[in-house]
Amino acid sequence: MPAIELEGVGRVYQKYSSRHRFQTFKSALVRGDIFRSLQASELVTAVDGVSFKVERGETFGLIGENGSGKSTLLKLIAGIAKPTSGRLRTEGKISALIELGAGFHPEISGRENVFINGIMLGLSKKEIARKFDEIVRFAELEEFIDAPVKTYSSGMYMRLGFSVAINVNPDILLTDEVLSVGDAAFVPKCLDKIDDFRRRRKTIVFVSHDLDTVKKICDRVAWIKDGKIRMLGDPKRTVDAYLQDITAKQEAEFQERAAASTVAAAVASQAIESAPPPPPEEGRRENRWGRREVEIRKVTLRGLDGTEKHVFHPEEGLSIEIDVAAAAPVEDFVFGIGVFNSLGTSCYGTNTQLEDYEPKLLRGEGKVVCRIERLNLINGTYYLDVAVHKRDGYPYDYHQNMYSFLVSSAAHKDVGVARLPHTWEFSPAVAFGPPDKKIR
Amino acid sequence: MRRLFGNLKELYKYRVLIQNLVSRELKARYRGTVLGFLWSFFNPLLLMLVYTMVFGLILKGGRVEFGDSPTLYAVFLFTGMLPWTWFSSSSLESANCLMINGNLIKKILFPAEVLPVVTVLSNLVHFSLGLPILFVFLLVFGKGLTFWALFLPAVMLVQMTFSLGFGLLISSLTVHFRDIRDILANLLTLWFFSTPIIYPLSFKSIQESSFLSTLLNLNPMTHIIEGYHTCLFYGAAPHWKRLGITFLAGLVLFVIGYAVFDRLRDSFPEEV
Repeated sequence: MPAIELEGVGRVYQKYSSRHRFQTFKSALVRGDIFRSLQASELVTAVDGVSFKVERGETFGLIGENGSGKSTLLKLIAGIAKPTSGRLRTEGKISALIELGAGFHPEISGRENVFINGIMLGLSKKEIARKFDEIVRFAELEEFIDAPVKTYSSGMYMRLGFSVAINVNPDILLTDEVLSVGDAAFVPKCLDKIDDFRRRRKTIVFVSHDLDTVKKICDRVAWIKDGKIRMLGDPKRTVDAYLQDITAKQEAEFQERAAASTVAAAVASQAIESAPPPPPEEGRRENRWGRREVEIRKVTLRGLDGTEKHVFHPEEGLSIEIDVAAAAPVEDFVFGIGVFNSLGTSCYGTNTQLEDYEPKLLRGEGKVVCRIERLNLINGTYYLDVAVHKRDGYPYDYHQNMYSFLVSSAAHKDVGVARLPHTWEFSPAVAFGPPDKKIR
Repeated sequence: MRRLFGNLKELYKYRVLIQNLVSRELKARYRGTVLGFLWSFFNPLLLMLVYTMVFGLILKGGRVEFGDSPTLYAVFLFTGMLPWTWFSSSSLESANCLMINGNLIKKILFPAEVLPVVTVLSNLVHFSLGLPILFVFLLVFGKGLTFWALFLPAVMLVQMTFSLGFGLLISSLTVHFRDIRDILANLLTLWFFSTPIIYPLSFKSIQESSFLSTLLNLNPMTHIIEGYHTCLFYGAAPHWKRLGITFLAGLVLFVIGYAVFDRLRDSFPEEV
């Protein structure tokens, strides 16, 4: 028998407008029929016909964007909310780590809160007394357990909440994004605990935005979108499909923004056509100057395979394609690019002069491609300067901050400006497990 | 009805939680005060002094029934004030209890009626803490205590049933109509003066007006407070018939209140 079974489960939320609410109150008072008049003015579907089974001992992941219905689904499984349609069945004692330390009373001590919280989660007083020391030790709060909870830092609060909840020892553990609260030392401890659950063949439903962890610990993953299951199955494939969907969405947003900024730049450039170049300013301001003896007609960002795109993986390549046209043949020209991050820091800049290309002749229309083999940038938004000018710096056509692209990867968390290519090596005295070992 | 018993059985399973929440409530309420739980009887005591000053010394009308003695009047006042405080605090706090604990209702699975029950029970504890003081007053300044004082628990049971029913009804309705909180605060003031607390039921102007005496007789709290008055202050047998009917009314209110609560239960997690 599966531990959790959902058949066409749906949950509709009702939205009451304040006007409607007043009418309900009036009719409730006047006619006395509260229940009939409590009809919603608007319905919101949070979960829509979801069916799946979670077998006993399985670790089941739920992923999806904010507002996709994951948390509602978890509350339905926990029994906190009731489905408006469909059938839902669970087998065994459930503990839901939906919000850690929910119900802690700020005025009373951690010790008393542990007891009350434990009882609420379904432990008996005796069981709590037996596990009390372990709970406190796990939360690393030995010194503070008799202080009122209001004096705790938010980290201490969460640790205590997690520690109580994990010690409830349920058959089914539901967790919603609870690991995002701990510090670097506490999260591995929590994962160890969850791992311990897995070994004891308990059922876990794991909701998280931490896709790496989801991939590592889940046996199967369901991707929820707009209240429905978009995909269900192998963790890696489901997470990848979800990531692709997010990237596609970012790409679409970017193109929209890029289109809007090109129009704005075109309008702006007409006004300043013959004006002298403005002083270089801090921050990012889209600008274009120069007399356009040589004009940059178009700049296209492509992946190395030639497809036009704006969202790149840090280890991907980028090729900047510049369409130029010279009104009259010129013999003095330099092409340059500059990459800036969102803080305005120059990440990289180069031009043909710095790389000792000797200009001979530019006539009519042409194409210049700057091919970057690997971006090696950290996650973030980047802005691009593209220019063509004389060797003494006199600008023909200077595009400042007019183009942008996004570097995005869930797998990369490193910081800084550039991503320096690197590997780690350790002598035998420095022992690490393989990166995955913490979980499996 | 079967649902009611099912719910009650479920509630019984949570008795340890109720017990712990009540003690938490009591600990938390006076945490940080110098006098601590002594406030449980200082509060009605101070209230009694205020009313004694106004109706026993300034307006004087209150004390005529008590041989013109302000101390006897004060003891009478205190006898009614203490249980009234239990009822009014329970009701006002019940109106808020689901919203205040919204976090719990949204995140933890437990029967929500635990919350109004805890509210009524923790106020019962305050009431009980005030009782010794009341007994001292009755012995020193009042007419003494008689054998009938042993029937105090019966009166308390009637009040308890009524308060629980009212608390369940108010708490669940307030989730949907927050207006009730404000209505209730004013209603309780009216209710207080429509209950024989600062005046005895035997007061001349009440007995002379059939409107007033009907109004007061229809008020269940009249008979409950009268129950305290008769078996504690007057040391006589309580009016069993009236108390019995009030108990039945309390039971009916409890069943209705619980049914409304049960009916609205599923809407709490999204509305609180």
